[in-house]
Amino acid sequence: MLLEAAKLEVAYGGIRAVKGIDIAVDSGELVALIGANGAGKTTTLKALAGMLPWTAGHGSFDGKPLREMPLHQRVRQGLVLVPEGRGVFARLSIAENLDMGAYARRDGDIAADMERMYALFPRLKDRRTQLAGTLSGGEQQMLAMARALMARPRLLMLDEPSMGLAPMVVELIFKTIRDVSAQGVTILLVEQNARLALTISQRAYVMESGLVTLSGKASDLLDNPKVRAAYLGE
Amino acid sequence: MDTLLQQIINGLIQGSLYAIVALGYTMVYGILELINFAHGDVVMVGALVTYTVFSFAAAHGMSAGPALVLAVAASIVVCVPLGLFIERVAYRPLRRAQRLAPLITAIGVSILVEYAAALIWSKQYLSLPELVKPTPIQIGGASTSDLQIAILLISLLMMGGLLWLIKYTRMGKAMRATAQSHDLAGLMGVNVDQVIAFTFALGSALGAIAGVMQILYYGIGHYLMGFMLGLKAFTAAVLGGIGNVQGAMLGGLLLGLIESLASGYIGDLTGGVLGSNYRDVFAFLVLVLVLVLRPSGLMGQKSGDRA
Repeated sequence: MLLEAAKLEVAYGGIRAVKGIDIAVDSGELVALIGANGAGKTTTLKALAGMLPWTAGHGSFDGKPLREMPLHQRVRQGLVLVPEGRGVFARLSIAENLDMGAYARRDGDIAADMERMYALFPRLKDRRTQLAGTLSGGEQQMLAMARALMARPRLLMLDEPSMGLAPMVVELIFKTIRDVSAQGVTILLVEQNARLALTISQRAYVMESGLVTLSGKASDLLDNPKVRAAYLGE
Repeated sequence: MDTLLQQIINGLIQGSLYAIVALGYTMVYGILELINFAHGDVVMVGALVTYTVFSFAAAHGMSAGPALVLAVAASIVVCVPLGLFIERVAYRPLRRAQRLAPLITAIGVSILVEYAAALIWSKQYLSLPELVKPTPIQIGGASTSDLQIAILLISLLMMGGLLWLIKYTRMGKAMRATAQSHDLAGLMGVNVDQVIAFTFALGSALGAIAGVMQILYYGIGHYLMGFMLGLKAFTAAVLGGIGNVQGAMLGGLLLGLIESLASGYIGDLTGGVLGSNYRDVFAFLVLVLVLVLRPSGLMGQKSGDRA
């Protein structure tokens, strides 16, 4: 397994938001983490990325122990998170944002990768010298994805990439996720839109108030009556 | 004598020193939203280390050149670890505390550094041995010296170097990213603790050189000299827009000019009632006016623009 976490528990402000879950993602997989608001999905991603300390549990990324690894080290190992609500550097230009994405890299192909990102998202190229804060929500999500790809991630974690975006933009973002996955990048996707997430992923976990209540093949979950009732609105 | 030109020259020289010290305040504020009140005292330490080096040099018959090099090196060697120590001990443990807590430790550390300096250098006014003998230079009707011109040029050079570092180096990019969001910078693989420590080290190195130049300019050092200098530099940073590096440079130069021009003309304007000893009043008048009329400073963003 590329990423593994066992009995992961996260508490902050006195609340146990994640209450001991097991999650594993294998190399090359596209895995979804779905569930209602407040189920602990974002907290799980933040703990895996190193933004929140683990209260209990243990885990590994590519065989290296994860729990005590500092945030910036995880990025250097290739574990990259696109946080909820995009999080672009509003006062840096688009080109500078992309450049920051490659900060942890030591190799020299950065200019070529930047051209690849501009080919993937031509709208970013047109505005490369503009400040990221002037972009629309959809463009910011594109920038955040492109910036994460600049890190050449081995495991890309995406937190709610469709949130607040117009349907056409969501389509583009999800097409990109599928393309990136097809190129061999492992993806862990947290998504409110359960149908969309289950459609593109191979496996999925369902979270409910801090616990994983269901997991399995995405196609099975799509047919599961409980999932259909609770998350697919049927 | 041409008063106007003279006051402009004086103002630019003192202003460039304000600017260098203001950079130390504004860089730390940009990254931590913290006012490092001890920064002025780091500058004082740089000045008093220069006093010690010059006393030693004078006693051993050293000439001005080597003494200057030694003074700059020694004050950097003392001030950079001092700045790092202040960050590590007074600010880092409180990074997630309420905003008032680090403000109080900042004042505490400032007092601590001042009285440690009093123990080392006494509470006397210390006059710098006259190793460096400035050659007077006449410009128009005003007089200055090669030393003063050198202070101005070195300050401008340091400002240019700093702008370059922030814009083009890897560490500079990390600093700008960290200033916008610690979490987001961390997600890019930036070691945020290291960037913050570097910011303190850089500010302290600039402060050390400012301290050397300050004592060379006035010829007198004192363990409390960092207090007023620090307040003025802080005012300059606020005038330019605290957190904004170019703003600190502009604010420093402007404050120096305002002070100098105001103190040069206040006698004439008030018919001799107020004299140039009211000079300090203007700096703080500027501070009050900026806070009332344009709290974000000349080049600062409104706080809502922050990422």
